[in-house]
Amino acid sequence: MDPISKFLVSYKIPIGAWGKAFFTFLTDNFNTVLRAFSNGLNFLLDGMVDGLLLLPPVLLIALIALLAYVLQRSKGLALAVFIGLLFILNQNLWKQTVETLVLVVAAAAASMAIGVPLGIWAAHKPKVYRIMLPVLDLMQTLPTFVYLIPVLTLFGLGNAPGLIVTIIFVIPTSVRLTHLGVVSVPKSIIEAGEAFGATRRQLLWKVELPSALPTIMAGLTQSIMLSLSMVVFAALIGAGGLGTEINRALGSRRIDLGLEAGLAIVVLAIVLDRMTRIGVGGKK
Amino acid sequence: MTVAVDFRNVDIVFGSDQAGSLALIDSGATRAEILEKTGNVLGCAGASLTVHEGEISVLMGLSGSGKSTLLRAVNRLNVVSRGQVLVKDGDKTVDVVTCDEATLRRLRQKQVAMVFQQFGLLPWRTVEENVGLGLELAGVPEAERKERVHRQLKLVNLDQWSKKYAHELSGGMQQRVGLARAFATEAPILLMDEPFSALDPLIRTKLQDELLQLQAELKKTIIFVSHDLEEALKIGSHITIMEGGRIVQTGAPEDIVLRPANDYVRDFIANVNPLSVLTAWNVMRDRRDLDHGEDGWVWLDRRKTTRFKIDEHGLVAAAERDGKPAFWVSCADVEAQPEETAQVFWANPGTSLKTVMLAMHRSQTAPVALFDDQSRFVGAIGIRDVLSAVLRR
Repeated sequence: MDPISKFLVSYKIPIGAWGKAFFTFLTDNFNTVLRAFSNGLNFLLDGMVDGLLLLPPVLLIALIALLAYVLQRSKGLALAVFIGLLFILNQNLWKQTVETLVLVVAAAAASMAIGVPLGIWAAHKPKVYRIMLPVLDLMQTLPTFVYLIPVLTLFGLGNAPGLIVTIIFVIPTSVRLTHLGVVSVPKSIIEAGEAFGATRRQLLWKVELPSALPTIMAGLTQSIMLSLSMVVFAALIGAGGLGTEINRALGSRRIDLGLEAGLAIVVLAIVLDRMTRIGVGGKK
Repeated sequence: MTVAVDFRNVDIVFGSDQAGSLALIDSGATRAEILEKTGNVLGCAGASLTVHEGEISVLMGLSGSGKSTLLRAVNRLNVVSRGQVLVKDGDKTVDVVTCDEATLRRLRQKQVAMVFQQFGLLPWRTVEENVGLGLELAGVPEAERKERVHRQLKLVNLDQWSKKYAHELSGGMQQRVGLARAFATEAPILLMDEPFSALDPLIRTKLQDELLQLQAELKKTIIFVSHDLEEALKIGSHITIMEGGRIVQTGAPEDIVLRPANDYVRDFIANVNPLSVLTAWNVMRDRRDLDHGEDGWVWLDRRKTTRFKIDEHGLVAAAERDGKPAFWVSCADVEAQPEETAQVFWANPGTSLKTVMLAMHRSQTAPVALFDDQSRFVGAIGIRDVLSAVLRR
């Protein structure tokens, strides 16, 4: 080794050690709280899954198809949703699909609930956005496996840590798209709102949000898709669902099982994507 | 006449170094110098202008002259750096520059409405929802809102379109929606920021006519920004010309055309047809400036071809042209009169210069007399007066 490299290596910055110390500090001091939180969350998610599984699968599938019709006013889409979900049932993957569905919907809902207000805040305060930007980049690019480990040590195994890693991965998208939607509101209509005496709150609710709505809804669709792509990773730390099947297929080299579970995820993705593409709702 | 809006020494600077820029303004620096020294942009400087109730006051200038900037100070879409903008608010007057947020909102909701160049309509709302925007923001109950919106849509002939979305309408119709939205708040003061510039010429003319008709009925105070002098002359009761953020000249349309304050204004009016603005009053020679003969005879022209005998009441007792008795007829009937030399045309002060010229043409360049409402002789227009007005000499 050349002397300069040798010198640098001998003074290695202990980033790993610092990080470990930080997480050890968290587990040592807040273990009870964190575990209580994750237990509560597990209870909630499991309860939702059990509740949905109480319904006969065909009835639940029919209800989802009906929801598709209500959201999009399209009989063709409702029929496609019905057939697609029947296919999953046919593959005997219904229980896993419901588990995945609950996880995905919960993660997308939570990341919208957190991401939209953050996005609005960032759009109104450019300085906040400048600070937020590197954090968002970090959340999206840090390899998923890297934060599986601390989440696992903090929250244990189960659906709850799976939900948390999914939310971490998905929030940046809803923040970014909300930010984009709100900063792209045409200046002319903001001024129209101001000129007719809108308060800040009125300006947000009557001008900015309706104008940004198509972009924010694109954020929702993206959130759902990204959540689905996290399902396989979440299964590594004990979240149930289709991801578990895929991991099992990988572990035992079972092409058939992998193909079936993989196709089920694809069908679920397409169904959710078509159902949530709202935009300006056919008005345009 | 009551003052509706009063700009007093308004300076507007965009940028962070307000104090430095204001000091430069006081030393008479130009916009370019201020930009170079402070990096700030001068919006307008030392603007003082009084707008009376019921007037259409037009702010004119090239782009970047500060006309929109000054207009937008009235509802504080632009923040004034120094000076006052006094706006009539019922029985009292409010300085928009210093008033608190609640007062400003009330002014924007009830006193000052605005029409935008790019319309500023909300595309996800129907026409009636757009027109109701101001009322909705002011918290007007839905039933009353519906009723007022419907009335405004009728006024601008859009009542069949109320359920359509804004983008389904043509540009001219969209701006009618913009007008209706401003009228719906029943605000007495209307700010119009180049409202017709984005429209094609035919529609523009049509909307100008509609605005004038509506104004005759509604009698709002309108501050209107335009870069089109023909438009300004057509609709303005007063015109203010701006250059580089400063007011160059303010006056009635014919003042601007007849007495441009500097070369900038002269360039502006160079392409304006004076016949479309000027009236007999603007070009006549006053009775006292005419050549008086004996026995109450007055020469109407410098060449001494035509004279009137004026009695003690100021009425015309006799007329003579080329030494022969003549009779006098109104310009209003000029088309119907046979061509003959024994007649002298007369006009009212408000008669257009075009009609006066037609009369001169018919009477082989005889002068045209001017009578007031009581038919008293007030002055005369000779061919030279017309030529110098048209040539602006």
